[in-house]
Formats: sequence, C-alpha cells, structure tokens
Amino acid sequence: MKKVFGKPKSLKDAVFHYCPGCGHSIIHRLVAEIIDELNIEEKVIGVPPAGCAVLAYDYFDIDIGESPHGRGAAVATGLKRALPDRIVFTYQGDGDIAAIGTAETIHAANRGENITVIFVNNGVYGMTGGQMAPTTIIGQISTTTPGGRNEKRDGAPIDLSEMLALTDGTVYIERTAVDTPKNIIRTKKAIKKAFRVQMAGLGFSLVEVLSPCPTNLKLSPVQANEWIGSTMTNYFPLKVIKDKVGKLGASPHLE
Amino acid sequence: MLLRGSHVFAEAAVRAGCRFYFGYPITPQNELTEYMANALASLPDGVFIQAESELAAINMVIGVSMAGKRAMTSSSSPGISLKQEGISFLSAMELPAVIINTMRGGPGLGNIAAAQGDYLQATRGGGHGDYRTIVLAPGSGQEMADFTRMAFEYADRYRIPVIILGDGMMSQMMEPVEFPDPIDPKSLPPKPWVLDGAKDRPSRIIKSLILDTSAMEEHNWKLFRKYEMIEKEISQVELFLTDDARLVVIAYGTASRITKGAIKRVREMGLKVGLMSPKTLWPFPKRFLLEMSRVVTDFLVFEMSTGQMLEDVKLSLEGRRRIHFYGRPGGIISTPDEIAKVINNIYFKEGLETEG
Repeated sequence: MKKVFGKPKSLKDAVFHYCPGCGHSIIHRLVAEIIDELNIEEKVIGVPPAGCAVLAYDYFDIDIGESPHGRGAAVATGLKRALPDRIVFTYQGDGDIAAIGTAETIHAANRGENITVIFVNNGVYGMTGGQMAPTTIIGQISTTTPGGRNEKRDGAPIDLSEMLALTDGTVYIERTAVDTPKNIIRTKKAIKKAFRVQMAGLGFSLVEVLSPCPTNLKLSPVQANEWIGSTMTNYFPLKVIKDKVGKLGASPHLE
Repeated sequence: MLLRGSHVFAEAAVRAGCRFYFGYPITPQNELTEYMANALASLPDGVFIQAESELAAINMVIGVSMAGKRAMTSSSSPGISLKQEGISFLSAMELPAVIINTMRGGPGLGNIAAAQGDYLQATRGGGHGDYRTIVLAPGSGQEMADFTRMAFEYADRYRIPVIILGDGMMSQMMEPVEFPDPIDPKSLPPKPWVLDGAKDRPSRIIKSLILDTSAMEEHNWKLFRKYEMIEKEISQVELFLTDDARLVVIAYGTASRITKGAIKRVREMGLKVGLMSPKTLWPFPKRFLLEMSRVVTDFLVFEMSTGQMLEDVKLSLEGRRRIHFYGRPGGIISTPDEIAKVINNIYFKEGLETEG
C-alpha cells in the first residue's frame, strides 16, 4: 500500500503541549513539511521566541537557538551573518514581535536581513494567561482589558506587517490564517515562498499567520476559528501586503 | 604601535580572530566602534553592524556566538546596563562573548569622565539570575591588547561572557603597544556545540528555558562548578614594590596607574609602600591578598568610586587586617600627589614607620 500521509521528518516524535484548537500545532506542521519539501533540514536554524512557542525546540528536529523575548530578529541577524549559506527563520508571537521586539524587527527588516519571519498573530498573550496583546482588537476582552480594549486608553491594534512593508529591505510580506482548510493551504504556500525568497538571497520575508487561541479567547476551537474569519480579519485582512519578488528577477529557487 | 586605548581594544579584537562586532554609539568609547567599522570593512569575512540599540547589539552577539564564531560588543556604563539581559542569557546558554565596558561617571546618564562605578555590576553578574562573568581589568595600553586576546581565549575555553573594564581615561590615552600575531579565525579549533544545521549529526538546541526545577538546579550547580574552576585557574594580580611593603595599596585600572605615581613619590621619602593590582576582578584574586596579609598589616583600597572593590577586599580578609579606603566618584581623577598625601597620612597615623 502506498503511504500518502505521514509525519514530516523535521518533526520529532513528541506530543504537542499546545491547547486543543491552538493554531501553533498546525503552523509547526506546515513549517516542518516545508523544510522537508525544500530539503533544507540539514542547513536550517530556527529561532523560537519567549511565549507559547518557546517549546518549539521540543518538536522541530532541526538546530534551534532560543531567543530572549522579542529579540528574535537580532539573534537571527547574528546567525545569518555568521552563516550566510544557512537558512535562518524566527517564529514569533504578536507580543514578542509587535510589542517588546518592535525595534529589533523593524531594523532587521530595514537592513534587509536575509531571514524569514513567521509571525503568529492570535491577538492575545497566550503563555502568560490572556493579557492584552499589541494586536488585541477594539472591544476584545483580555485579563488586562476587562471591559474590552479601549482605543483611547489602550491604543488601537497595531498592524506591524503593514509597517514593515514600508521599509525598503522587505521583499515579501503576506498575511494568512489557519482558520479554514483553504487558508491553511494558502498559509503553507506563503511560508514556502518566504523560505524560497531567503534561499534566493533576496532579503527579508515575513508571513503573518492569524491563529486561534481558544483558551484565552474563552471560545471553543470552532468558535475561535469563526472569530478569526468574522472579526479579526476586519482589522487584519488576509492579503499579500508586499511582493517585490517579481521585480528582483527570476531565480531557480522561486520557480 | 602608538595607539589610543579604544583603538588598542579594537585592533586586539581583530587580531584575536574576531570578525563580528555590533555596537551602538556612546561616549567615551565611540572610537572603538569606529575603528571596528573600518577594520571589519576591509576584511572579506568581517561583519560590522551599527545596531539600533544596545539590546539588539548584544543579541546579535548571541546569534554569532551560537554559530560558533568570535563576536564582540562594547559600550559605556549606561549602555552596558541595557546589555545585561543578553549577558544573563549568554551566561545561561554558556555562550562565549567579549564585552568591553569603558566606564564613565554614573548612575543614570552621569557624565563622560572616567570612573569605576560599575565594579559591582560587572563582578556580581549584572543581570538577573545566579551567574558570574569573568571580569578583566587592564591598567595600560599593553594590557588592553593582551587582555583582549586573553578575553577571547577565556570566553571560548570556559564558554562564558568575558567583560573587560576600561574607563574613559584609558580609552583616550595613547601608549606604545606591541600586539600579538593575528589569529586567522579559520585556524581556531571547531566548537562541538554550535548551531550550523544538523548535517550528519543529531539536531542541537541552545536554550535557557529550563522549566523543570531539578534540571534548573542542576544547571545552576553546573555553572557554579565552572565558576569554582575558573577561580582556581585564572586569578591574577600585578605586584609593584610589595616585597618590603608595610602598607599595600589595592587599586585596578586607571587608579592603579595613579597609585604607581604616588608610590614612587612616597618611596622617595622612605615610606615602604607597594601596590597590588587585581587583573581579574572576577574571580577576585583572594588568595594573593590572603598570602600578602600574612606579613602586611595595612591595606589601602583606592577606587574611582565610593567603595565597591572595597567589599571584595573586606570579604577576602575577613577582619584580619586594617583596611583603609580612599575613593573619588563622579569622574574625578585623583592626582598621584593627592594619593601620596593619603598614603602619608595613613602610614604615620598607624605608626608604620616604627614597625619591624
């Protein structure tokens, strides 16, 4: 019998600790599948954040260097500059990348560091128990916005991907989601393209993935996915935010 | 070569095989960063990044160090405070790195004059958690060159961040220096723990999160055992005219230079005074001090602070001998005459001219 579906090689035999319905497990799997398909498991180095995904090193069977909270882009800069022929990616949450690590991220992007960033946006601080994130939407209840996020008091949700698109060094930025099978397939395509941009040496690539956090949204997994499509995407529309790949010329990696 | 202190650090780092430097502008050490910008731009394998912040700079060092290459950052007091997050992580993950602190007056922004107020920050870890870093204290241009080479070697040997404490005066002062031969980074022995892609070997993890308390305790004890070994192996002092000394001054860095001038003056008047200058501040050269305390009754600690190394001298001597202190914080540079007067006062007050 022909085997048509299995565990990616780049994932260890470990049980995910993520909550039921959490998007990290799906995104981890997609990244592992892509690493296998691109045949880069021997030259890829991952940089997980502080946050739920810090334990990524328990799941990915690749070299992993953990970053201090928010500093992923700076750590990845060091790794990639030291080893320019390796593939370096960061995996960061919304608090990590869009609050405490904003400066590191924007400047790495502006320098056009040839790294790939996977930005998982679930609109809440997951690991610390559901506090307001920089991407929490207006009116959303969190443990630190008990009456809902108030624009006057808390500021509006920040669209880091659009901000990054303004810097010259960014080549490819897309926002996707993992709320439906169709969107999961799109997410995989986007992340694969982001890795290929790096393999072609074109510069900074980022995929922002809207991802459900049922535990902290206090919703069922199905409701959390529906919330992404019905509400979160009003603030964070799914789209290609920037794509300079065409302008930079064809490359064997991008065929 | 005749070079200013900042340039000595930088040239010595390049010669030690350091090809990665990340820095952020701050006075009085900008010449170091600028020298690295030039030197690394002219080397095919050189990488210089003017980072967006001290935090970014130290985290770039973390990335390079994970990849197994020699990396350095430098700053001055307020900037070093910002780097402490990264220094704590480097210590936890046992990553080599060299960090130069050209100390200036503080706390806060303070001023840009030479001071020694960061002693406790440097020797007690500096960031959060239970760790120490090696701290070297050069007192001359030649030692700035030699200790920079040594810093990279200690960092690799013990997998530890090494801090070099200079100050605003040493960084500006020009002195003739003989450099050791340059090291080709390719000739350095490979490190068996680096991240470079899991090719023909199992994948590796470099991390500091250890949620299991027993495993964290074991990691802390492992670091502690390493620190004990370092204490045994590298403590170092310079002794100056201590053979017949009845009073020994303890001073490091610029303060030790000033003290040598003062000792020459009081020796001309017949006072038997010497200098013990710690070259490693952590580990503090306790055993050298204890040995000396067998014959010397009086010690004078002189620092460009309100008294920080003083704590280590007291801890080392445990009340066995008289410890005097003289300090000028805030960027004030005492003159050799001023220190000679202080020595003179103590010497006669304690009746040292009549002893023996």
